[in-house]
Amino acid sequence: MSVLSTGIRMTTPATIARVNPVAKLAVALTLSIALLLSIDWVSATVALACEAVLLPFCGLNLRQFLLRTTPVWIAAPFAGVTTVLYGQDSGMVLWQWGFLSVTDGSLSLGVAIALRVLAIGLPGVVLFASTDPTDLADGLAQILHLPARFVLGGLAGLRLVGLFLEDWRALGMARRARGVGDGRGILGGVTRTLSQAFALLVLSVRRGSKLATAMEAKGFGSTITRTWARPSRLHPRDGVVLGIGVLIAAAAITMAIAAGTWHFVLS
Amino acid sequence: MAVSDLDLDIEPGERVLLLGASGAGKSTLVHALAGVLGGDQEDGDAQGELLIDGRRPGESRGRVGLVLQDPDSQVVLARVGDDVAFGCENLGVRQEEIWHRVSESLQAVGLGLPLDTASSTLSGGQKQRLALAGMLAMKPGLMLLDEPTANLDPDGVIEVRDAVERSLRGTDVTMIVIEHRVAVWRDVVNRVIVLNPRGGILADGSAEDVLGREGERLAAQGVWIPEFPPARPVRQRMSTEIAQPLMAAAGLRVGRIPFAARRPVVVAGGIDLDIRAGSSTMVTGANGTGKSTLALTMAGLLPVAGGELTALPALARGAGKRPHRWKSRQLLTRIGTVFQDPEHQFLRATVRDELSVGPHAAGLGREQTVAIVDELLVRLHLDDLASANPFTLSGGEKRRLSVATVLATRPSLLVLDEPTFGQDSRTWQELLALLAEQLDRGTAVAAVTHDRELVDALADHELHLSPLPGAAVPVIR
Repeated sequence: MSVLSTGIRMTTPATIARVNPVAKLAVALTLSIALLLSIDWVSATVALACEAVLLPFCGLNLRQFLLRTTPVWIAAPFAGVTTVLYGQDSGMVLWQWGFLSVTDGSLSLGVAIALRVLAIGLPGVVLFASTDPTDLADGLAQILHLPARFVLGGLAGLRLVGLFLEDWRALGMARRARGVGDGRGILGGVTRTLSQAFALLVLSVRRGSKLATAMEAKGFGSTITRTWARPSRLHPRDGVVLGIGVLIAAAAITMAIAAGTWHFVLS
Repeated sequence: MAVSDLDLDIEPGERVLLLGASGAGKSTLVHALAGVLGGDQEDGDAQGELLIDGRRPGESRGRVGLVLQDPDSQVVLARVGDDVAFGCENLGVRQEEIWHRVSESLQAVGLGLPLDTASSTLSGGQKQRLALAGMLAMKPGLMLLDEPTANLDPDGVIEVRDAVERSLRGTDVTMIVIEHRVAVWRDVVNRVIVLNPRGGILADGSAEDVLGREGERLAAQGVWIPEFPPARPVRQRMSTEIAQPLMAAAGLRVGRIPFAARRPVVVAGGIDLDIRAGSSTMVTGANGTGKSTLALTMAGLLPVAGGELTALPALARGAGKRPHRWKSRQLLTRIGTVFQDPEHQFLRATVRDELSVGPHAAGLGREQTVAIVDELLVRLHLDDLASANPFTLSGGEKRRLSVATVLATRPSLLVLDEPTFGQDSRTWQELLALLAEQLDRGTAVAAVTHDRELVDALADHELHLSPLPGAAVPVIR
């Protein structure tokens, strides 16, 4: 599973990697919900500032951090600029060209969006890059009591995703060898990709059903009550992490209300 | 109906080799014993009675363990230890007991790896031993092995066979193994049962007894029996001196470009080749020495990682010197590639359509295409299967079809990646006859293989790859 399992666990024993995945999930959800309730720059800035203070304590070095969070750093300005240009206009018009317009309102909205993407995305990536999928599944089933069948089925399926890349390449080569690898124009390229994607689907379903047989043969899905080889429990440190998450969310909302920028999205 | 009218008693502690022609229902029987046959709504219905310890298989989960053929689709979890523990967890074994059993069974199969080793990094033989350890940890009374070594290279086969033997020693565990290479299991088993494709049992008894009586008939049905090896093809040798040179390599390095990287990682180097019409070149070497990568590079499917690989005029026919630069359609009539896994190269829903893909892409007319396809269907004994879905064919039929699809466009060079892997002796014999026929017609054949018998039977030249920084060494034949 080259793509998915190279969590930080494998490279450095980061502090954050020892936190129970369920606690991490709760923190990520709390922050996301708190920051999605309002779109304003104060709440996002406060959350981001708190996170900036905490990130060095996660046990990730700068290089690892930047590598893993690259998509977020690209997405944030992109979302911001898009909102500035196309977002709801209000206030003074600063610049206009055809459909594109920059106003006071769209500018502050854009800044708020970009900050928000960072404030939700950065901790999200840090929390999940340090999470092993197996540990998350253990937590979901043992602490949240989600049905083991679905959790473990999903986990086993996830392992097959790692084989996709290899299969995709093999299929591409096979098509080239069979004489159907020349895409003529854009349409040809699209048709070729679609039919190759379908072949990948067929291959994956076949492999999935073989895996299901192997799991069934190992007693999976029987009526016996399952035990767990890796007990997943919540420790005091998980409470601390969750507490920090709640505090950041509360601080962000309080400051935004105090500053008068709070703008409840559903109102 | 896959299996019918079968009356059979297997006593505790017996080690059974289950034989039968392909299609005799060996796998079906073993799946039924494991209780993983989908019942009457999905996979058809069952008549009669099948009892393990006097109970139905579905009710005795954990008493029966199953190891299947494909190493990749049996690994459930990402870490070695977790994967072995998976079966125990499902059986409700106490946690402390689980880890005790995990280390015990990993030891039994000789897999002394740290428990957090990523299961994706294991070789095929190691993955099969991992599957075996997972089964042993469940402490089954009956071990079922469904062609556990068919997808492995010779070293892997021995690795797995020995692991099974070691884990059975001193226990009263019953074992049933399906395998068409008799030599591998002969000394491990004490009973051989031959299924009759028409229902019931053909022979049942000690290995010597059964193979002595039924050996010749079984060999004719595709079972590998050392005393009755498949016939080797006879070739009308062309003088390779006058044969036209098709492809040449000097100091060639091959490698693959990893995901999101720009430069290939070289896996083999120092390769010199001289491929001529009507002659065969077999590439051998241990796992991981870059045999498949070399095949794909020669086939124009991977770019050259260094050195020279030149398609000479007799092969290129105006398409340029570098096969990798050719268009897919140019490749079609010049170099044909048979992949290790036939399923990767199937494109259509019926055998007939599958065979028409090549001629159609090469721009042949309808009538011509039909004529070519009809001829191939008959020659490769696929005519009864013309409207079958390629994915539903047996292993041997899939292999024949994958070769036939390539022959349909009459390429000047055939590149084959492990063409005889996991094949029964009948398919092996047919395949070799077909390759010999192609060679006699002046087609060049290049194959990478672990199969010593294939090399002995057909190779004009052998190139042995060794791990880097070693170079490829031609073997004097």
